[in-house]
Amino acid sequence: MIMCRRATELMSQRLDRPLVWQERVSLRLHLAMCGACGHCNRQFELLHEVGKRFEPAAQEQE
Amino acid sequence: MSIPPPDDHMQRLTAVRPRLLSFARLHLRNHAQAEDAVQDALEAAIEKQASFAGRSGYETWVFGILKYKILDAMRAQKRQGIWQPLEGEVDDDAIDRQFQKNGRWLKEAHPVSWGDPEAAFESETFWQVFDACMIALPDNVARVFSLRELMGLSTEEICRELGIKENNCWVILHRARLRLRECIEQGWLKGEAS
Repeated sequence: MIMCRRATELMSQRLDRPLVWQERVSLRLHLAMCGACGHCNRQFELLHEVGKRFEPAAQEQE
Repeated sequence: MSIPPPDDHMQRLTAVRPRLLSFARLHLRNHAQAEDAVQDALEAAIEKQASFAGRSGYETWVFGILKYKILDAMRAQKRQGIWQPLEGEVDDDAIDRQFQKNGRWLKEAHPVSWGDPEAAFESETFWQVFDACMIALPDNVARVFSLRELMGLSTEEICRELGIKENNCWVILHRARLRLRECIEQGWLKGEAS
């Protein structure tokens, strides 16, 4: 069983490198049971998308 | 596919300049250097416009040039010894503020929902808070975060740029994300509620 702190390390590293099987399983199990970490995971994913703010998609696709 | 005439390019460069500047400022954390990098990028864009093939959007192309200029500026900062070494520096504040010794969240630091991510990105307040939280990050942490998430470099490339081990890079990014999520949650959700 991993604790929240370790879970946040894995959810962060998941955005930078592929996790190994065991890491994926422990993270998934933890996320299934921990709502706070679920929120944190979505926040990290959101932070991973901040670069999009500077993408000129809307104006340029016309 | 016809290349837009120079006048059109000039107009578009003028229009995109504020966004180039806010991007450079987040990265270089120094207004004068950000201005210089943007100026260099704009000049290079004008000089090289014949090589703009229209495959990607014009703004995307200009941002690409700016990214090179920012990396150049960053390498110059590094050569001038402006940076403190990254290796061996441990930033545990974010961990200590949010977790108990046993690895569980502290009650007062429990993450809460930020609502719809798309709505967050469309909210002006969100970006104000984000920028303020970026500024509040320690320099080294901010540099690694923006290389990864704003410049889109891989951790392997970041390690090469900064001369650090990849493992250290992952540790720094973890701390950066924890600090940012904490800061944004405090600043943004409280701002929305008031």
